[in-house]
Amino acid sequence: MFSFMRKRPVFQGGVHPDDRKQATSGLPIEPLPLPTRLYLPVQQHIGAAARPVVKAGDTVLKGQMIARGDGAVSAAVHAPTSGRILAVEPHPAPHPSGLPVETIVIEPDGEDRWLEDPDPEHALNLEPEAIARRVAEAGVVGMGGATFPAAIKLNLGSRHHIDTLIINGSECEPYLTCDDRLMRERTDEVVDGIRIMRHALGARRALVVVEDNKPEALAALQTRLYEMDTIEAMAVPTRYPMGSEKHMIKAVTGREIPAGKLGADIGVIVHNVGTAYAVHRAVRMRRPLISRIVTVGGGAVRRPANLEVLLGTRVEDLLAHCGGTRQPPARLLMGGPMMGQVMPHAQVPVIKGSNGIIALTEAEINIGETMPCIRCGRCVAACPCGLMPLEMAARIRKEDMDGAVDYGLMDCVACGSCSYVCPSHIPLVQFFHHAKGVLGARREQQRRQEEIKRLAQQRRERQEAEARAKAEAAERRKAEREAAKRKAEEAKAARAAKETPKTPAADEAEA
Amino acid sequence: MTQTTPVSGPHTHAPGSVAWNMGWVTLALLPATAFGVYLFGWPALNLLLITILAAVLFEALCLRIARRPVSPFLMDGSAIVTGLLLALTLPPWAPWWIGVLGAAFAIIVGKHVFGGLGQNLFNPAMLARVALLVSFPLEMTTWITPSPLFSEGAPGFLEGLAITFGLVAIPDAVTGATVLGEAQTGFSRDLGLSETLPGVYAPLQQALGFVPSSLGEGSALLLLAGGLLLMAKRIITWDVPVAMLGTLVILSTVFMLIDPERYAGPGLHLFSGAAMLVAFFIITDPVTSPSTVAGRLLFGAGCGLLIYVIRTWGGYPEGAAFAVILMNALTPLIDHYLRPRAYGRTRRGKPLPMKNTEAPAPAQEKRP
Repeated sequence: MFSFMRKRPVFQGGVHPDDRKQATSGLPIEPLPLPTRLYLPVQQHIGAAARPVVKAGDTVLKGQMIARGDGAVSAAVHAPTSGRILAVEPHPAPHPSGLPVETIVIEPDGEDRWLEDPDPEHALNLEPEAIARRVAEAGVVGMGGATFPAAIKLNLGSRHHIDTLIINGSECEPYLTCDDRLMRERTDEVVDGIRIMRHALGARRALVVVEDNKPEALAALQTRLYEMDTIEAMAVPTRYPMGSEKHMIKAVTGREIPAGKLGADIGVIVHNVGTAYAVHRAVRMRRPLISRIVTVGGGAVRRPANLEVLLGTRVEDLLAHCGGTRQPPARLLMGGPMMGQVMPHAQVPVIKGSNGIIALTEAEINIGETMPCIRCGRCVAACPCGLMPLEMAARIRKEDMDGAVDYGLMDCVACGSCSYVCPSHIPLVQFFHHAKGVLGARREQQRRQEEIKRLAQQRRERQEAEARAKAEAAERRKAEREAAKRKAEEAKAARAAKETPKTPAADEAEA
Repeated sequence: MTQTTPVSGPHTHAPGSVAWNMGWVTLALLPATAFGVYLFGWPALNLLLITILAAVLFEALCLRIARRPVSPFLMDGSAIVTGLLLALTLPPWAPWWIGVLGAAFAIIVGKHVFGGLGQNLFNPAMLARVALLVSFPLEMTTWITPSPLFSEGAPGFLEGLAITFGLVAIPDAVTGATVLGEAQTGFSRDLGLSETLPGVYAPLQQALGFVPSSLGEGSALLLLAGGLLLMAKRIITWDVPVAMLGTLVILSTVFMLIDPERYAGPGLHLFSGAAMLVAFFIITDPVTSPSTVAGRLLFGAGCGLLIYVIRTWGGYPEGAAFAVILMNALTPLIDHYLRPRAYGRTRRGKPLPMKNTEAPAPAQEKRP
């Protein structure tokens, strides 16, 4: 009612990259045909890797768990289709390093047979713990790319007072339209997922936040929400990094998460719309997370598309479905161009957090020659965290990591706004990653040294204890020996006294 | 592509580069420069070209000596801008060696001694102007009454060359004083502004630039237009010019109201003595101004204050350069103390205090 009195929902700083979503925002989600092989890494999430529960030669059904979540922060992996396990072996992971991780390889049998018939149960009758358990069993993680196990965040309602659940539909990365299409085409499922999550968290209200460059998605949501509903759809200005948890909370609620705290500490939880959809599937349909929507885009792709893809499908299969590449991509990314990661090659699989496969041309990247910093301060103006990237980079350049930390290095969320605007094309984020790596290594080194010190101390104590024990034992043995000797002597003397009682010379010789 | 592919994002970049910025600055200065050349004729054009050429040559020389790649740094256009800005602040008929010496000082001492692009503490053009003003006060204060190109009495091409290369002396008849200089002289003879200004100060003439002035500072309106263009293109920020001009206007208004005979009003201060050039093109130099908004506001206000003080009570009526150099020296200090507040932290860098959200607030239930 008093919307004109509300503050404009924004955060400090940020940038306005060309969103380049036109190529795919109008394209409906199309299913990708079953690929010939699926490669499912056991590590698709933040936390501990899942433990495989199948071995080569096993046959699996669609939706069957093939790797179990291991530990408190982990997520299970399920078979995306029915088929045979070919191998459980290391395979290149979708990561810039291309280093192999344990991967379960499935050969689909083409039947796509489900494990069991769905057993729907009214989810809102379930206890919050039961909802979180179902979500955990389904292996759902944050679908916006962060891939933090969703069940853990749904359980926070028991320990914190959560008043607001924010559903992140901002999709602030250029090129990506998978969340946009999801909100438009599967609105009911998304809204149902939000209801379930709000119920699980015990939150008073839920806000679906959509950037104003997606009016269709916003309209679709609004037609499904009612006046009395506790779910509200809200438009925010298009500004990167709106999708960052900290900045979305600031923009929407005006609250700031104090440094070192979590959103839950100030009563707010943020989940992605893709996660809401996955939660709906998990809780309402009892379906595990086995597929996701991926935007295939970028100037090098012949036919950009929004695809519904089984997890484990290789990137090359997606590209092939999209007519291949027009030219060898200058950079092949998983995720958007601002925070996405460079893929070493197209043989890596799509995983739970892969929201986009973006093949960029040289012109789109706009690599400029790196020039010296001219201290223009554009990075300072762009930084949504209120930091001075130029000062941090200047210190990191001189290996003064503590100086960089003093300038707030640890508050940096690596959103890339600073690098994006830098007229000197300085790879600032690269500097920050490097510095965080060095600091991490230094902490590790320190931890190791302390561990060594502790072990050395233990060893010394043990050795001392052993030496003491040995000395005591020797002492005891000596005492025993002496006692025995004395006894023997006494016996001998007694014997001698008995045999030759009257020989004084013999007495002297004995002494 | 000489660099290795970074593994971290972003994998796209906003349009623009250092060369792009410098190109726009040059473009924005073009109208005022052209007007200056028109107003003061061939000698002005000679001086302009000589100064820019010298700046570029010294830049190349320094890069060669420092064993840095010459072409990328030369192509960034920063030497051209430095040379251009320096030339615009010189008396239009100054001899060639003023331009060459100034360019040498600006590029070698002002820039490369500090480590080249981005490392200099002081604005190179202003540093050179100050050095020239202190060393060659006569040549640096020989102002010319406008004699537009091709007008009657204006020097022709050959005459222009002769003036620039010192073959003929500048006739006294064409020299004049700037309005700030006239006022200063007036004060030394105990004349109030109402006695000195009539005849030398007409607001419209002053704003348009048909007055004795340095090569490019004359036309306040053209400089203002150029500055607004740079703001629109987001090459420069609004904060520095607004802070400087605002401070200048406030101070001059207050003092004018106290004593109009002694203190000139805001119009004269804004449209004379390169105020516009300084506000939009000199103190907006990214290298030598602070990198935060708060810092830049303080910096701009400091510049405005010092310009007013130097003009009003100092010995150099055309002393904006001193004000800029003084504030440049304060920039590292400003940047050190005026840091932005980081997200989730107080100004002092401590985490924000936790508000008590645990308490269920029935009063809030009503809110939408």
